[in-house]
Amino acid sequence: MTKQFGDVTAVNDISFSVYQGELFGFLGPNGAGKTTTINILIGLARPGAGSIRLGGLDCSRNPKAAQHLIGVVPDESNLYPELTGFDNLCFCAALYGIGKQERRTRARELLETFGLAEAADRRFAGYSKGMKRKLTIAAGIIHRPQVLFLDEPTTGIDVASARQIRQLIADLHRTGTTIFLTTHYIEEAERLCDRIAFIVSGHIVRVDTVGNLLQPVQGRHRLMMTTTNAGADLHESLVSAFPQFIFEPVADGQMRVTSVAPIRVGPLVRFLEDQGVEVVEARRLQPSLEEVFVQVTGIEALAMMQNNRDKGRSA
Amino acid sequence: MKQWIAFWNILLKDMRAYYLKPPNISWGLIFPIAWTGMFFIRSGRGLDSILELLPGVVTISVLFGTTSMLAVTVTFEKKSRSFERLLLAPIPLELLMFAKTGGAILFGVTNAFVPIILAAFLADLSSVDWLVVFPTIVLLAFASTFLGLFIAVSVSEVFEAQTFSNFVRFPMIFLCGLFFPVSDLPMFLRPLSYLFPVTYGVDILHGAVRQENTLPLGLDFLIIAAFCVALFAMSLKNIHRKWIV
Repeated sequence: MTKQFGDVTAVNDISFSVYQGELFGFLGPNGAGKTTTINILIGLARPGAGSIRLGGLDCSRNPKAAQHLIGVVPDESNLYPELTGFDNLCFCAALYGIGKQERRTRARELLETFGLAEAADRRFAGYSKGMKRKLTIAAGIIHRPQVLFLDEPTTGIDVASARQIRQLIADLHRTGTTIFLTTHYIEEAERLCDRIAFIVSGHIVRVDTVGNLLQPVQGRHRLMMTTTNAGADLHESLVSAFPQFIFEPVADGQMRVTSVAPIRVGPLVRFLEDQGVEVVEARRLQPSLEEVFVQVTGIEALAMMQNNRDKGRSA
Repeated sequence: MKQWIAFWNILLKDMRAYYLKPPNISWGLIFPIAWTGMFFIRSGRGLDSILELLPGVVTISVLFGTTSMLAVTVTFEKKSRSFERLLLAPIPLELLMFAKTGGAILFGVTNAFVPIILAAFLADLSSVDWLVVFPTIVLLAFASTFLGLFIAVSVSEVFEAQTFSNFVRFPMIFLCGLFFPVSDLPMFLRPLSYLFPVTYGVDILHGAVRQENTLPLGLDFLIIAAFCVALFAMSLKNIHRKWIV
């Protein structure tokens, strides 16, 4: 599908399938087209071109066709501030035609599961950010949807709440709910998802399982070194002394060392000290999706990681 | 059945959250009483003027009762994104918007009976044709609610909804024949009067209360019903065009 807003192509000819029971990650920097894609899939936006099938139903022309099958957790909590947590859940259940007794039982059950039972009778407006996000997820699954759309579920909340929410998502996945998760937290996608699509500037650049995505970096060994007093010709000396390694300057005083064989730190540190360079830190890097993302998507991924770090600091 | 559960609960939620709140109830009571009192004193004809004032006061009560909360129930909910939750519910948009406007319609109809009950204590209402008055109040409530809805979905900010709403409501008090006939207006303003649905509603009420309607009642009913259909259809079209982009 494709979606344009005026001259801007927000989503450009993307195509993908999500299998039943799968936790599918949609990963990309801010403004990549994640929310536009999710809005089209759930029926809050119309595709400019293309087709959408959800649960075997064609939603291209009639976005309402599959709305009984889906649950949506938006990037901002959008429940009713004047209602209590319990009333919010009951109201959301009623929107799906669930009878009074059943929705009350289900609301209590979910408040218990999400650790919100004690706050059930408090107004939503008085909830903390983490509690609001948890209740919004509970509202998204109150009608037991087959497919759950989660848009940036852990953005802007504290570490403990984010951990709880990741655990809840994993539990939902185990019960067989198909989950479409958009996030810009690479580690979150890596930890939770079965398959991941990388989206950059409205294009899907790669879709694969986490295992397959990690494969190219799994056979490599990497080391991050932080040094001081490094001269201008240090890189050249290192390359000639250790031709089996690849040396990449990352930032001022930081250097990434990559090798197909295990890297012995001792000779490297001794060499540097002989050159008058002080080694402050030498840290082994685990193969990560972040590295794959940088490789696949290029410069924009670096910007995304910087963005994440900034957000992490401000949080 | 499932869709009606959703319909009923949306209506009930709006009634509880917005309409049955003390400030709104007091507004619903004070506003018609204030208008009745003002025109009653201004007329200087004592209790004789009650029947003359009743159609205008009933209409104004309906108009302000129906339109006062739509900026909150629709525009504010859209702005705060809770309206998205409703758009995602598996119910047709038409039914959803009926549910969202149902509270306003009921509140408007209830408001209309405040001046009627007051008038019943002060004047002889035996000549009033209630079989015409009741459906007219309902139709007026629908028309002014859908007018408010049309404004609410045409803008994106709550203050815009309130401003445009007042921009339409207050001129209607003077243009639609509520307290003096349209024929008393300057010639150049008269065509404007017939652009508002309230003109036809209040004309029916003047007919039902004092047999002083200027247009045939059937035509009034037909035109006001056409306004209801057109305003509702245009509102739905705006939602499709502006909110589901």
